[in-house]
Amino acid sequence: MKEYILKRLAMLIIVLLGVSIITFVLVRSAPGDPAVHLAGEHATQATLDAIREKYHLNEPLYVQYIIWLEMALRGDLGRSIKSRELVRVEIIERLPTTLELSLIAIIIASAVGIIAGIVSAVRQYSAIDYSVMFGALFGVSMPIFWLGLMLLYFVGVRLGWLPIGGRLSVGIDLESITGLYVLDSILTLNGEAFIDSIKHLLLPSIALATIPMATIARMTRSSMLEVLRQDYIRTERAKGLSERVVIYKHAIKNALIPIVTVIGMNIGVLMGGAVLTETIFTLPGLGKYIADAILAYDYPVVQGFTIFFATAFVIINLITDILYMYIDPRIKYR
Amino acid sequence: MAQKHDQIVAEPEVKRRTRLQDTILQLRKNKSAMFGLLLLLIIVILCIGAPLFAPRDPHDANLDYGLKPGFWSKDGLPGYLLGTDALGRDLFSRILYGGRVTLSVGFVALGFALVMGTLMGTASGYFGGMVDNIVMRIVDILFAYPALLLALVVAGTLGRGIDKAMLAIGIVYTPQMARVVRGAVLTVKETEYIEAEHAIGSSTLRIIFRHVLPNSMAPIIVYSTLMLATAILDAAALGFLGVGAQAPSPEWGLTLSLSRKYLVTGAWWAATFPGLAILISVISLNLLGDGLRDALDPRLKGGAKL
Repeated sequence: MKEYILKRLAMLIIVLLGVSIITFVLVRSAPGDPAVHLAGEHATQATLDAIREKYHLNEPLYVQYIIWLEMALRGDLGRSIKSRELVRVEIIERLPTTLELSLIAIIIASAVGIIAGIVSAVRQYSAIDYSVMFGALFGVSMPIFWLGLMLLYFVGVRLGWLPIGGRLSVGIDLESITGLYVLDSILTLNGEAFIDSIKHLLLPSIALATIPMATIARMTRSSMLEVLRQDYIRTERAKGLSERVVIYKHAIKNALIPIVTVIGMNIGVLMGGAVLTETIFTLPGLGKYIADAILAYDYPVVQGFTIFFATAFVIINLITDILYMYIDPRIKYR
Repeated sequence: MAQKHDQIVAEPEVKRRTRLQDTILQLRKNKSAMFGLLLLLIIVILCIGAPLFAPRDPHDANLDYGLKPGFWSKDGLPGYLLGTDALGRDLFSRILYGGRVTLSVGFVALGFALVMGTLMGTASGYFGGMVDNIVMRIVDILFAYPALLLALVVAGTLGRGIDKAMLAIGIVYTPQMARVVRGAVLTVKETEYIEAEHAIGSSTLRIIFRHVLPNSMAPIIVYSTLMLATAILDAAALGFLGVGAQAPSPEWGLTLSLSRKYLVTGAWWAATFPGLAILISVISLNLLGDGLRDALDPRLKGGAKL
């Protein structure tokens, strides 16, 4: 166990080094001169030379990479070309928005997906089963930027039920503690802000939840069907346990084990989705941040964000795997 | 004697045909897969034949006709089935032409991933050891990026345009394909007929291309179809975010993105129909992919999707 985790941690370092090298090379091979990007179109030759000197742009690429790596290891991801702010600070500022959106989305996706999958498996080949599977097919096929826009138009604009962007309505005050507005409003017992922030989150989190919801429903169904075929389930039925006890006390517990991995795998899907949903609902999160940075050729941001996110992503994956090992004692890792 | 020879020679051919027939038979029994195939064929034919089917030039702008509704409204212009976009261009014609762009980005990207992934996966699975280690570490590294983010970073740094989008999405799907191929090759490699090939002294290349790969085709075909579905979603997403196809391309994601600001004014059609086109294309591929999986590889039935 300990050995496995150590081995995985060593692997994790190799993977992150790889990610940083690939991103560095990609970013540096991008069209345009980084010094010009930094100084602006009309900079004098002297300014350009000064910038090249300051940012070590005259050094060979591998030296530049080592300099970047040293800084990154000290937690310094450089400054944004566009805003001149520290990338680290900007990431921390925007993190709560994305975190809150993704958490709500993964809660919706897991709750709906698991329940739908279980019902579907228990009533295999029934009308409910077919509707769930049909819904899941739509879910995995959904261009979520389109779904987000349709929700925005029909629910937000046409019906006027929910706000179409932002995180809080103008005029509502909220003391920020964690930056997760729903949590902050609970902590400060601010009922008005609580309802308002939930209203703002609803449409984007539904759009973001769609694809994970569909994959979780599909996985739960097949995992549940698999468990229901097992000998111990047959034994329980044979010894006269009621169907309810068999399904709710024994089958579900075992069927949910693989779902942990599926939920973990969906973190990446959520981040990709956050880029789209935050763009549509004008949320000031990390997704919008990286999309804007790419469109503006803001390379320090692209480089810094990518390594930040990849680190978070591989650590989450490692945690899911370790969690999985605890939940399912049959799994032995070498 | 000669007759006997003919029989022996003919035998494997008969077998091969029945296996293919078997798959087709299985697939034909699967109504939803056949529906998916039919839908896909219709979409592909409509898009390839866009010059024949489109009532108008997709680039023909007319500002007097901007954002007119289609057949459902009395205010609609006759002959403009799905209405017009902000520049008065015929939306239906743009969607037909746009499909050529969106679908070809998906197809080319998948083709790239298929070639690269098969090379990497086969080398990794067949030779094992050091090769396997190196290839799988590269795969791990690429897996540390969420798919759309990697596509966005690659496309963003390479520059704008559909050729870059193709390459970006191709790179994203290469590691996934490599894993699928490696898994399939590992299974086939251990079989007795491969052992027999070794025993009779066949060359490595011959074993790989004549025996290992053909017998690994089932999962490769299944996952290619399912990955093509998501590759098309990614192609449209890149267009939507502005790093893929550029104006005035009628690419679906881009058309959707350029029309979204008119949603608040009530002109819902210009953003709705391109999205619907993406959804239907992706559904058709998913239906076909699920059906192929059931027909070609019953072990995967109802199982995990990558």
